Amino acid sequence: MSSVPISHVLILAAILFVIGAFGLVVRRNLVFVLMSIEIMLSATGIAFAAAGSKWHQADGQAVVIFIFATAAAEVAVGLSLLLRIFRRLKTVDSDKLSTMKG
Amino acid sequence: MILTWIIAIPAIGGVLAWIAAQRNVRAARWIALAACFFDLVISVSLWISHRSLGFPGTLIREQIVPWVPRFGVSYHLAMDGLSLLLVILTALLGIMAVASSWKEITERVGGFLLSLMLLLSGILGVFLAYDLFLFYFFWELMLIPMYFVIGIWGHENRVQAAIKFFLFTFISGLFMLVAIIGLYFVHGRATGVYTFDYPTLLASPVTGRYASWLMLGFFIAFAVKLPSFPFHTWLPDAHTEAPTAGSVILAGLMLKTGAYGLIRFALPLFPGASAAFAPIALVLGVAGIIYGAVLTSAQRDFKRMVAYTSVSHMGFVLLGIYAGNELALQGAVLEIISHGISTGALFLLVGMVQERTGTRDLKHLGGLWATVPRIGGFTLLFALAALGLPGLGNFAGEFLVLLGTFQVNPAASAVASLGFIFSVIYALRLVQKTVLGPNKENWSLPKLSIRETTMLGILAALIIWLGLYPQPIFDTARASQSVIRQSASKVGDLP
Amino acid sequence: MGDLLWTIVLIPFLGSAILAVFGAFMPKKIAGTIACASIGIAWFLSIIVAIRFVETGTANVPLYRWIYVNGLHADMSLHLDALSMLMVGVVTFVAFLIHLYAAQSMYAEDGYSRFFSYMNLFVGFMLILVLAANLLVLYLGWEGVGLCSFLLIGFWYKDIKNVHAAQKAFIITRIGDTALAIGLFLLFREFGTLDIQTILSNAGRVLPFAGATAAVIGFCLIGGAIGKSAQIPLQTWLPDAMAGPTPVSALIHAATMVTAGVYLLARMHTIISMSPAAQLSIAVIGTITLLYAGFSALTQVDIKRVLAYSTMSQIGYMFVALGVGAWTGAMFHFMTHAFFKALLFLSAGIVIDSLGGEHDIFKMGGLRTRLPIAFWTFLVGSASLSALPFITAGFYSKDEIIWAEWSSQLGSIWLLAGGLLGSLITAAYAFRVVFLVFYGEAETEVINKPGMLEKLAVIVLSIFSIIAGFISLPKALGGFDPFGRFLSGVLPHQPAAAGRSGLTAEEVILALSSTLSILGIYLAYAYFKNRLASEALGLSPTGIRVHTFLYSGWGADKLYDRVFARPYKALATWNRNDFIDKFYSGLGALARYANHNLSRTQTGKVRNYAAAVLFGAIVIAAIVLLR
Repeated sequence: MSSVPISHVLILAAILFVIGAFGLVVRRNLVFVLMSIEIMLSATGIAFAAAGSKWHQADGQAVVIFIFATAAAEVAVGLSLLLRIFRRLKTVDSDKLSTMKG
Repeated sequence: MILTWIIAIPAIGGVLAWIAAQRNVRAARWIALAACFFDLVISVSLWISHRSLGFPGTLIREQIVPWVPRFGVSYHLAMDGLSLLLVILTALLGIMAVASSWKEITERVGGFLLSLMLLLSGILGVFLAYDLFLFYFFWELMLIPMYFVIGIWGHENRVQAAIKFFLFTFISGLFMLVAIIGLYFVHGRATGVYTFDYPTLLASPVTGRYASWLMLGFFIAFAVKLPSFPFHTWLPDAHTEAPTAGSVILAGLMLKTGAYGLIRFALPLFPGASAAFAPIALVLGVAGIIYGAVLTSAQRDFKRMVAYTSVSHMGFVLLGIYAGNELALQGAVLEIISHGISTGALFLLVGMVQERTGTRDLKHLGGLWATVPRIGGFTLLFALAALGLPGLGNFAGEFLVLLGTFQVNPAASAVASLGFIFSVIYALRLVQKTVLGPNKENWSLPKLSIRETTMLGILAALIIWLGLYPQPIFDTARASQSVIRQSASKVGDLP
Repeated sequence: MGDLLWTIVLIPFLGSAILAVFGAFMPKKIAGTIACASIGIAWFLSIIVAIRFVETGTANVPLYRWIYVNGLHADMSLHLDALSMLMVGVVTFVAFLIHLYAAQSMYAEDGYSRFFSYMNLFVGFMLILVLAANLLVLYLGWEGVGLCSFLLIGFWYKDIKNVHAAQKAFIITRIGDTALAIGLFLLFREFGTLDIQTILSNAGRVLPFAGATAAVIGFCLIGGAIGKSAQIPLQTWLPDAMAGPTPVSALIHAATMVTAGVYLLARMHTIISMSPAAQLSIAVIGTITLLYAGFSALTQVDIKRVLAYSTMSQIGYMFVALGVGAWTGAMFHFMTHAFFKALLFLSAGIVIDSLGGEHDIFKMGGLRTRLPIAFWTFLVGSASLSALPFITAGFYSKDEIIWAEWSSQLGSIWLLAGGLLGSLITAAYAFRVVFLVFYGEAETEVINKPGMLEKLAVIVLSIFSIIAGFISLPKALGGFDPFGRFLSGVLPHQPAAAGRSGLTAEEVILALSSTLSILGIYLAYAYFKNRLASEALGLSPTGIRVHTFLYSGWGADKLYDRVFARPYKALATWNRNDFIDKFYSGLGALARYANHNLSRTQTGKVRNYAAAVLFGAIVIAAIVLLR
């Protein structure tokens, strides 16, 4: 347990979150959107682990487990939706999925 | 209990007619007619008994049933002289409306009759409600059936006209809703009694900074309904596109609900604010008279022309209500009733002409007196009523309004008198373009049926009777005037 | 007597109603009989009432409460005094004769019963007008006669020109009626009542003499009167009103309705006298009108239009009489004018019908021998109109007015000059017609001859046009004046100006006016004898301009059209679709615009929505953290 200041970890988490958010907004390919969501989730996991470390409680790491579980479930649903979309519309470009326009 | 019956009979009749129309359309029409007729009989007999008692100032009938005591809402109906007159008018014009739709409405007759009857129930409820919540309920109840009547059974441009009508009256009604709720709170905070009950609110009128705003809320709703200049633009479209029965009820009754609201609620509940507002209202009234009259002469559509005359006549009513003396107010009441009859009759005539010729365009009409003399004669008679010929009801009303207004504001009265000149111009133009002149298109039209002649004959007799013997109307309505004066005296304004 | 009075008033209404409802189902003879009978009975009853009136005096006869509201108490009631008795007598008598005439002359027309329904209705309203006890009832009769005038001018409604003439009449008289209504409002405000006798007896107490209120009321009453009586500036409807059938012109636009203005001012004389400004303006309007109309009549071509302008002119005389305070003189002239003008119209009607509908006097001629009755009666009428000395009724009545123009305290040399010039012109235009129509070469052949009833009517009226004057002789000729004494209870006598009264002055003016009448006749004769020369004069450039100017009524129609009618129509048409509606449509357009633009945020793309959510989350986080 070397003394890494928590602010460094939180900044790391923030940067990762921003990268993930940016990718979510910018990328059109749904696979990359899902990957970006994963990155965001991981970033929050890091933030929770750091917090748990700071307050010397195991709760932080417990939440990380939760996050992993949630991410796994969400990826499963997301990828199956992606497969359905691809089979239906022959594309994974999210911009093409705009029939709800207007 | 009888008041609830008065309101319920048309509704029940409407439902029965709707059911009956699936099998036998004629029977459905007769049921609707009978419902209105029952109401007429009931209300006229109430009037006769009231008269035999010598027109006492008390309420003729009253019914109170607690509804939501927690919020001070009760099912409170009451009838005094003014509402009695308007209830009779409603029943009468209801009969005329149903009779006029006999041949005109051929599709989905059941739905039409149901809408018409619900409409009448709503109007009757408006005239009889003595609790503000209940009043608002009936006020909004009037709108939906009218929307359907215009929108489904109307003429070419009906949907747009129906939407316009609905938006105008609904939004103005929302202002009134805010005012009602505001009044509830303001009155409650001032006196400790939180209620929607009209007599209770009347006993302690609101003053202070909120009174003007609350009064305006009410005023806007009634001014749009009346319709007062400059809120009148919904009227020509709605009247023109509605079927004949709809126009008759719209012009003959719905406009009167606005006037009734002003007399019953806006004035007595806020006497100080109303007195301060009166000069503005007088200006709006005069503007309506002149503006409506000038615009009428320019119209090319027969029905639109008749519709615009209503704007002008209702200007007289607004003038009479806010002039602040009994002379003018009695004139306004008489004008309300006479206008309902004369304009209702004119719309009936428009409908008859349209059924026969298929057009309302004045370019194609003309010279109809030769082929259907009765249409000529009746059009002339009711146009004369519209222009305010003495001996017919409208004159007595308009003259009293001007006479009363003159005592208060001579300039307004003098300018409004110009309305007499302009009304001659449009009324004679109306008669000239439709029934006089050469028969350019060689119309050869069927004569008036017995049904049509009877309708017009009854209305003609009434308008002449009102012109020559309006005293019963004045006697019946006198008690309602004193309410306004009493509440005004509590506040210390108005003599 | 009260019941009789109401019967007199209501019988014509009854006749009108019967004819309106059942007229289409009855043969013409029955319809005509009912129409004439109702007026005849009214006339007969009026004689009985007159006899009783002489015994019992003034009467007030209410029928029922018409309008009783806080402040205003107006009964439907009648008031009989000498003035209204006179009016009732003249109206029923002349109306009866005209109905008899019309029963025959209108026989071939479609709508025969409709015609008589309107005629009876008119007589009913006229009687209400003259017998009204309060101003509201008077106003009822006032507008009622206006209505009937509209209906009868536009009787032949299939020709749109007739309808236009009727509309013009109604609109212009309505302008006057509105002024009258404002006068009524003012009177009510000052007196608290509209009862005529109450107002008249309290006028001195309530209104300050020569004050602003009295003047305004006076001008309002005058406004009403000039509309109905076709005086300047509301005079343009009368010549066009000749579009109606001749009996209508005789009854309404000569004898009765147009004199309603005179009656109103005479009835309200106390109020008028309270305002010298108003009263003077009556005299001025009268003088201007009588000259205006006289000059216009000199150039007219349609025989009925000559008579229409003549009526305008003679009513001008009555107005002058009112303006100088010669109330009785005005009523005297009203009576004689009713006789001779109705006579002139009826015999003109005989001429027109006999020539198959020809109105143009230049296409007539030589009818002296072919239509002797028409000739003699028209001659008597014209003579009376021209105030031929001593032997015509018109002489006595016009002379009384001309004398009053000079001698009254309110008179002046200018009014006298106007009146004298007027008589010269009157005689000239009247006899111009006589010579052109009855002398010279016949241009059109006579097709019909007049019937018994028509002849009866014109003969009786001729007799009265001669003898009716003898009941009020000027002092210079004896001063026998039962007429003046009859009215003296109601209408006051205007004192004479100092130094201007006196027998010699009266004789001089008498001689002067007589000479002028004869001179006028001579001028007409000279014109007729030298027709070619006169016509050459008329064809010169100035001649044409003057002629057109006078012929068109001094351009009044064009003026009113440009100043009032066209701008009004333009304004109404421009605003046809109601510019206020644009505001509300604008609201709708605004809503649509907002909808269109806001819905562009709904791109349907998940990325955009995600970005929005992100952005919002950042903003909220910032607000929360930085608070």
